[in-house]
Amino acid sequence: MVSQVSTHAGYLDDILARHHHRTNQLLQVLIEAQAHYGYIHTSAIDYLSLQLQLPRAQIEGVASFYSFLYLQPHGDYRVLFSDNITDRMLGNMDLMLSLCKQLWVEPGKISEDGLLFVSTTSCTGMCDQGPALLINNIAINQLTGERINEICVLIRERVPLLEWPAEYFEIADNIRRSDILLGSNFQSGRSLTALLQRGTAETLQQIKVSRLRGRGGAGFSTGMKWELCQAATGREHFVVCNADEGEPGTFKDRVLLNRYADMVFEGMTLCARIIGAKRGFLYLRGEYRYLLEPLLSVLQGRREKNLLGTSILGNNDFNFDIEIHLGAGAYVCGEESALIESLEGHRGTPRNRPPFPVTHGYLNQPTVVNNVETFAATCLIAQNGGAWYAGIGTDTSSGSKILSVSGDCERPGLYEYPFGVTVAQVLSDCGAKDTQAVQISGPSGVCIAAGEFQRRIAFDDIPTAGAFMVFDQSRDMFEVARNFVHFFAHESCGFCTPCRVGTSLLSNMMDKLSQGHGSACDLVEIEKLNLLLQSTSHCGLGHSACNPVLDTIAKFKPAYDIRLTHKEFTPAFDLDSALSQARQMTGRDDAGAHLRECE
Amino acid sequence: MNNPTFTLDGKTIPFTEGQTIIQAAIAASVYIPHLCFNPEFKAHGSCKLCTVKANGRKTASCTAQPQPDMIVESNIQELNDERRALLQMLFVEGNHFCPSCEMSGQCQLQATAYELNMMSPHFDHFFPDRPLDASHPEYLLDFNRCILCSLCVQASRDVDGKNVFALAGRGINSHLIVNASQLAETGFSGDDKAAHVCPVGVILKKRVGFVVPVGQRKYDLLPISALAKGD
Amino acid sequence: MPVPAKLRVATTSLAGCFGCHMSILDIDERLLALLELIEFDRSPLTDIKHCGPCDIGIIEGGVCNAENVHVLREFRANCKTLIAIGACAINGGLPAQRNHLSVSTILNEVYQTQHGLVGGFIPNDPELPLLLDKVHPIHEVVKIDYFIPGCPPSADAIWKVLTDLLAGKTPELGHGLISYD
Repeated sequence: MVSQVSTHAGYLDDILARHHHRTNQLLQVLIEAQAHYGYIHTSAIDYLSLQLQLPRAQIEGVASFYSFLYLQPHGDYRVLFSDNITDRMLGNMDLMLSLCKQLWVEPGKISEDGLLFVSTTSCTGMCDQGPALLINNIAINQLTGERINEICVLIRERVPLLEWPAEYFEIADNIRRSDILLGSNFQSGRSLTALLQRGTAETLQQIKVSRLRGRGGAGFSTGMKWELCQAATGREHFVVCNADEGEPGTFKDRVLLNRYADMVFEGMTLCARIIGAKRGFLYLRGEYRYLLEPLLSVLQGRREKNLLGTSILGNNDFNFDIEIHLGAGAYVCGEESALIESLEGHRGTPRNRPPFPVTHGYLNQPTVVNNVETFAATCLIAQNGGAWYAGIGTDTSSGSKILSVSGDCERPGLYEYPFGVTVAQVLSDCGAKDTQAVQISGPSGVCIAAGEFQRRIAFDDIPTAGAFMVFDQSRDMFEVARNFVHFFAHESCGFCTPCRVGTSLLSNMMDKLSQGHGSACDLVEIEKLNLLLQSTSHCGLGHSACNPVLDTIAKFKPAYDIRLTHKEFTPAFDLDSALSQARQMTGRDDAGAHLRECE
Repeated sequence: MNNPTFTLDGKTIPFTEGQTIIQAAIAASVYIPHLCFNPEFKAHGSCKLCTVKANGRKTASCTAQPQPDMIVESNIQELNDERRALLQMLFVEGNHFCPSCEMSGQCQLQATAYELNMMSPHFDHFFPDRPLDASHPEYLLDFNRCILCSLCVQASRDVDGKNVFALAGRGINSHLIVNASQLAETGFSGDDKAAHVCPVGVILKKRVGFVVPVGQRKYDLLPISALAKGD
Repeated sequence: MPVPAKLRVATTSLAGCFGCHMSILDIDERLLALLELIEFDRSPLTDIKHCGPCDIGIIEGGVCNAENVHVLREFRANCKTLIAIGACAINGGLPAQRNHLSVSTILNEVYQTQHGLVGGFIPNDPELPLLLDKVHPIHEVVKIDYFIPGCPPSADAIWKVLTDLLAGKTPELGHGLISYD
């Protein structure tokens, strides 16, 4: 026991020291503890409990909330196949089964020799270059049968990840169409200089004039958010950049953070100056762990240029710095209040609102939470003025929007357009052919059928956080919806009854249809569940969990109808298989030892 | 000075600054179905049973504050149908075998289901496997009945200062844990507030089960709605 | 006015204890009034072995084995209205407490490894229905129209539901009649 504790104290002391023994850093400490030891040992929890003065149950509660943290051994190699519908369309399941077969392991289980664990995970944000996987939280894309064979050899020979071929880990930006943001020739510090020349009040005015709205999907006015936060009283104000880009099919923030991080950080610094914040956080989803070191060096570069830190650009009263926090596999943390809970080292449960983060955010202090793309856009406004920005796009939706295009098209990747672009235009630009449907803004967004391709990307028509998944005529829209429903069930935080239980019931119902046990009664049930989830859930996850089903029932009803194969209600489980254990134990196989599905 | 008022199902309800809809309703002896809400604690807002329509918008009445002259609807068929469905979800999520439960007749989940005329659990059962914790000499934990209201978590943390309980897991795998490998190893005691807040039958005092005869138990005598506070 | 035909009612117990049937008998002298309106088809009361076309079927107990499935299907096929009566039919009840154990564990323990058992073996007689891996409430196997909860439901609750149905009303049980134990 003593030696157990000292084993863990050895590495935990370093980690704790790096995080100044702050309880708010609990999630970060746990992530690093697992990176070191492979999982979070129960003695490690005991030691952290002692050192951080936190109940061990609270630590266990936090660790067990996040998909990427393990409380039991999970092998030396933890292989998680991205399981977005776009990965499915590219054959991820066959690849996973091939890997499992070659390495003698069952999906979802740890191999008998403890070498590896193979399972699936929610979209890893690599839809433009899938199928994708994460191995010990590092992304490998463009999987092929050949690459899987190679990976099997590397794992079997226990080659450390650092010695794996570098090209496995290459990630392309795939910028296909640039506009004002992706095409800007951003120079560090220019927006800040403009801010200092113009003054904070006037810069805020410019943001308001620009009519910039949040790019995370909800579209709240950025100027108003900053103004509300500035006006809110508190001990301290905070700026938070939401880089928990978890909506399946979205990957624009990955590229922005890879190539435009300086601009994003400068946008955060603008906000800090306006609302009076000294500290900011970038909450980086665990799937983008590989971006951490590059981002830290961008931050360091900015400090060296006096664009971050104390007395920014020589102003004694302008002090601001940014920390990066990692997520660990929890889509719900993209909801701003859940994100704040996670930043504070808690389970990522959305808070009761109001109060809203602008008055009661991080540590209950006034906090601005904005999307990566929103912060980047504010730099353009600071430099070029609000009127210039407002002149781009449409009346309700100024500026540009970056779309993450994936699925059935020739050129997946990022496409930036002024707001107001038609779906048809995007489809033509990305080389989509024979398109049946487009899922816009991910599973929580809308499914657009061919008759609606003249509709526009704009807040008053099709609002979007950026995902644009294309499905051609060969795709089964029921299976698309089923994949999304499974996603929501997996990502439900479990706080409120309707979402915790309802998303699981809904995914069981969709599985029932998929397994050929469906009847008209089931469709009625599905529709009732949808309404309940929409009207009583605690947060947007529950509200939108049924969107894919509602949309596909409305627009692709035949895909459901063919699955309602029974006239009468039929059990969700297979009756004959339910007898198989008893058959095995008794050795019987006579007619009475079987049940037909119907009589 | 007159307090501002709102109307709840046509009845005028006074309220004071900072009160939530359900607090004002309870003060006026009007019942709104609820499970995770306990007047002695900060609202958790998770069970969603207390959802009402406030000026036409659905919201949890345990966290929403009334506005002057707000029109609140609660006892209407649309909401009661939804509440029944939420109860049914709770019943299939855990293992709720009332005939063998010591809390039967004194359980808020059961009494609320009676109130809302829940004749069956409707959905397919999950039948989760949740072992008991009988380690403590005085108390038994039967996790099969947990509805994740987290009242015991709050009570132990905020009143008892002990942090005996916490929620773990995520989604449908969410569950209650104790601050050690079993209850006996925590500082839990029968004098704790946490020992007396469970609205269902998870935290049970040993050797006193079934002492109240059927017919004389709390909710045998009066429906939960008649006990206006609804506890 | 012609005398209306009596409604035909069938009853059975699947994985149940016949407690609900005892409660039906507890209707006491009201049974006589009831028998003016109904007649029994398959039921432990008549010993008729198979259900013919009926207006109402009343089922006690959950579904734990293959035979339960056949009987339940026979009732569903023949009864216009199917009623689940009692805790076991409604949520599996006591028999469903085995659902966290595997059938192999149960059969092994009961027939082979149980303390004091010598030379035991798992019976394989085709006459014996095979166990399902889980005990299910009957609404998970066929469509059920009405439910009378209770363990068992009181005679008054049963009376209320049946008379409501006979009067063409949706059955409703108020405080005191609705009970899960």
